[in-house]
Amino acid sequence: MLNDFLIMMQQELVVTSLLFLLLILKLSGTGSNRTYLALALVMVPLAALLMIWSRHQGVLFAGLFVSNPLVATEKTILLIAVFVLLLVNFDWLEKQEHMPELLMLLCSSLLGMMLMISSGNLLMFYLSLELSTIPVAAMANFDLHKKASGEAAMKMILSSALASGILLFGISLLYGATGTINFQELPAQIVSGPLVITGFLLFFSGFAFKLSVVPFHFWTADVYEGAPVAVTSFLSVVSKGAVAFIFITVLYHAFQPLGAMTHLLLVILSLLTLFTGNLFALRQQNMKRFLAFSSITQVGFVLVAISSGTSLGTAAVVYFMLVYLFSNLAAFGVVSVIAHVTGKETIDDYRGLYKNNKLLSWVLVIALFSLAGIPPTAGFFGKLFLVLAGATKASVGFIILVVINIVIALYYYLRVVRAVFADNKETALEKIGFSLPVKIGMGLCLAGILLAGLIGRIYEYILSVS
Amino acid sequence: MNLSLLILLPLLTVLLILVVRNPQSARWIALGGSVVQLVLALALYVAFVKARSGGDTAIMLFDQQWPLFPSLNISFHLGVDGIAVAMILLTAFVVTAGILVSWKVSYMAKEFFLLLVLLAMGAYGFFISLDLFIMFFFLEVAVIPKYLLINIWGSGKKEYSANKLALMLMGASVLVLVGILGIYFGATGADRTFDMVKLSTVTLSSGTQLLFFPFLFLGFGVFTALFPFHTWVPDGHSSAPTAGSMFLAGISMKLGGYGALRAATWLLPEGAKEYANIIILLSAIAILYGAFATMMQKDLKYMNAYSSVSHCGFVLLGIGMLTKTAMNGAVLQMVSHGLMTALFFAVIGMIYERTHTRSIGEMGGLMKTMPFIMTILFISGLCSLGLPGLSGFVAEMTIFMGAWEHTDAFHRVATIAACMSIVVTAVYILRAIGQIAMGPIKAEFAALADATWYEKSAAVLLIAGILAIGIAPFWLNELIDPATSVIMNRLGTK
Repeated sequence: MLNDFLIMMQQELVVTSLLFLLLILKLSGTGSNRTYLALALVMVPLAALLMIWSRHQGVLFAGLFVSNPLVATEKTILLIAVFVLLLVNFDWLEKQEHMPELLMLLCSSLLGMMLMISSGNLLMFYLSLELSTIPVAAMANFDLHKKASGEAAMKMILSSALASGILLFGISLLYGATGTINFQELPAQIVSGPLVITGFLLFFSGFAFKLSVVPFHFWTADVYEGAPVAVTSFLSVVSKGAVAFIFITVLYHAFQPLGAMTHLLLVILSLLTLFTGNLFALRQQNMKRFLAFSSITQVGFVLVAISSGTSLGTAAVVYFMLVYLFSNLAAFGVVSVIAHVTGKETIDDYRGLYKNNKLLSWVLVIALFSLAGIPPTAGFFGKLFLVLAGATKASVGFIILVVINIVIALYYYLRVVRAVFADNKETALEKIGFSLPVKIGMGLCLAGILLAGLIGRIYEYILSVS
Repeated sequence: MNLSLLILLPLLTVLLILVVRNPQSARWIALGGSVVQLVLALALYVAFVKARSGGDTAIMLFDQQWPLFPSLNISFHLGVDGIAVAMILLTAFVVTAGILVSWKVSYMAKEFFLLLVLLAMGAYGFFISLDLFIMFFFLEVAVIPKYLLINIWGSGKKEYSANKLALMLMGASVLVLVGILGIYFGATGADRTFDMVKLSTVTLSSGTQLLFFPFLFLGFGVFTALFPFHTWVPDGHSSAPTAGSMFLAGISMKLGGYGALRAATWLLPEGAKEYANIIILLSAIAILYGAFATMMQKDLKYMNAYSSVSHCGFVLLGIGMLTKTAMNGAVLQMVSHGLMTALFFAVIGMIYERTHTRSIGEMGGLMKTMPFIMTILFISGLCSLGLPGLSGFVAEMTIFMGAWEHTDAFHRVATIAACMSIVVTAVYILRAIGQIAMGPIKAEFAALADATWYEKSAAVLLIAGILAIGIAPFWLNELIDPATSVIMNRLGTK
């Protein structure tokens, strides 16, 4: 038992020890911001590397905790995301007064997500979801001198509380109808009836809230805009990714008998999400809001793949999240660097960025092309696999509506590209300096964006474990 | 012959351009790369002809395959037939000439040459790929360099044009994507693959063919200015920098024609037969409309852009006729138009650089100060109106001959309508050239210099290609003939 525990929870244990190490360091009063960050930058990739040894299949604690190669891969993706995030936001983090607290919150949230992906029953799932959400609300408040940041935190906590309430209500109804909360036992017990359907719909809505699926997306843009960029990117990449992963597990396994209804729901919601996200992104001026709506659109594409209900769908989503983390963190990283140095955040401020900041511009442009799904970036493959997975089950009309959104999305990504390359000399931003860790982080992102697609083995591995 | 070299060499060139610090060396690297690529393309032609005359009758030669996503049956599958070799030759000629005429680009020169080479890489990759997925990949690789080239180095309403071009071409590619997915899911079991050679032996259900042929054909058609989706052409071509226009009209529009032939017609023959009349109708409209619209243009670049709409209409007309001769003609027209329009845009660029105007009415008597450039203008103009001895005549004549094999009224009327466009072409070409080259010279143009060495070499290169097809078309015909036979066999018509 102890042996199993040590083997299967390796990655969680590393993150937990990081949490305690940070706590001890903080309480002992030694250590600068750099030490804390260095510690995290060593421990997080270490946890990610452990994936190589933690491909174990099994359950712990009477089915509360499930581990298998797919789950290990998903956790690794989250860990890579956190690692890259810490790197690209290094300059901002280093300047924070309460940096260790921020890191500790981040670690607890990460731990919550890892447990959530591994959860084997509804209660465990609910608890870990809360563990992953509440620290993020506190993190959203970290621009201590900005009112908007506090407002974002407040909005975040209120809306998550509402979502959690709905989710919990759904879980209770489902428990009442089926008499079990175990993912393994649920499929056998689910008999389509009013109680089960109501419970499932509430449960589903809770998820939709966390994933910011339209029409449950209203909190997203405000929270993204108000929160510090580092936190926003954590929300949009790591947090979204984790919820999407467990969403698939739950839908494909626990609620498999409701497959037909789920398919219909996902088809409708994905189209709604795609069109709403895209149409709102068209008119955004603030880069953070812009990326918020673009991330809503990306969730729409993810739903397209999930609707297929096959392992092709799972693989496409996991692969897309891997690609998306590099693209989105690169884009947010550039926004973070620019906002940190100059305090400027709107698309108009970026006009002529290329003149003095060639590297930043290329990173931003390549990241945006990857988000738009244009080759040779990995975003192309990611998006194509999502559509391919969706096409296994859906009709031609649905796929046409989905791909139209690729074109609409290109339009607004090009808006930023156009601004970056605009030739107005007068208002162009001055040369912006940033530290070596940020450069390494951006280099990692670029490598990920350019190579993750062309190395076919990555996708093949993910498909083989899905 | 190792085909992957055709992609690796541009990639290497791009990397080299990235490392050098001096913008001046960037252009030398780009030129060096493209010349080596030109030599490679010629070597490929020689090797191909040798293999064919040695009795190698495989559909695709120099086959190479690496699995990329084996579980989805996606592989990096390369190979060429005669049509692809012809397209690669065209690309190599146009790219080299394009880099030569851009010799004096000084604004962000490094980025400029980098994007040019990247665009060329997309085209080479597109022509040699035998896997629909990879083909689609390269089709889209080319979109972004085009956008940036127009957006950064363009002129006039460049941001509008760049946007229009990128969005219309992206829209076209998603149509292609739907078509590709339709083919992929249309086949079942072990046949479910993106590999075109394998797919060419599979007979898809006629429902699938009829449903997805329009997607593929329309998608590729937009690239090649199919009416009524040609509107990106005039704006895009006229806003682009000289080399950009040359690449757009010379290579990029051919991606569409090649795709329509290779992917749509070859893989979905029933669809092609069903929709042939609509294709003919639309391309006949494009031919006539393009020609008449050209007559109304006062700007040289707009003039050539609209005439490209008209000339590329011939390509689609040739495909739509579904006879072997017409299809040969369509391929000939792609090569011929590619060379001719690249030459035309190059010479427009040369004139503009000196006179700083593109308006036909403001020029006059330039023959006196720049005889070389005006000679180029004459040659490209005469090729455009189909003078015998130049490539345009051969291509258009072959298409008309192929079209005439149909005896029914519809085909006859369409063919005659297309023939009439030649008269219109003669009107606008002769009028424009006469105005620009002849007559009294204006005072402000009296001291202009003639072509420089790089402009001369670019022009000579392209004219050599035009003459090689115009005087002795048989070598090209022999090259593409077996390849069109393969497509015709699958169509099962005469």
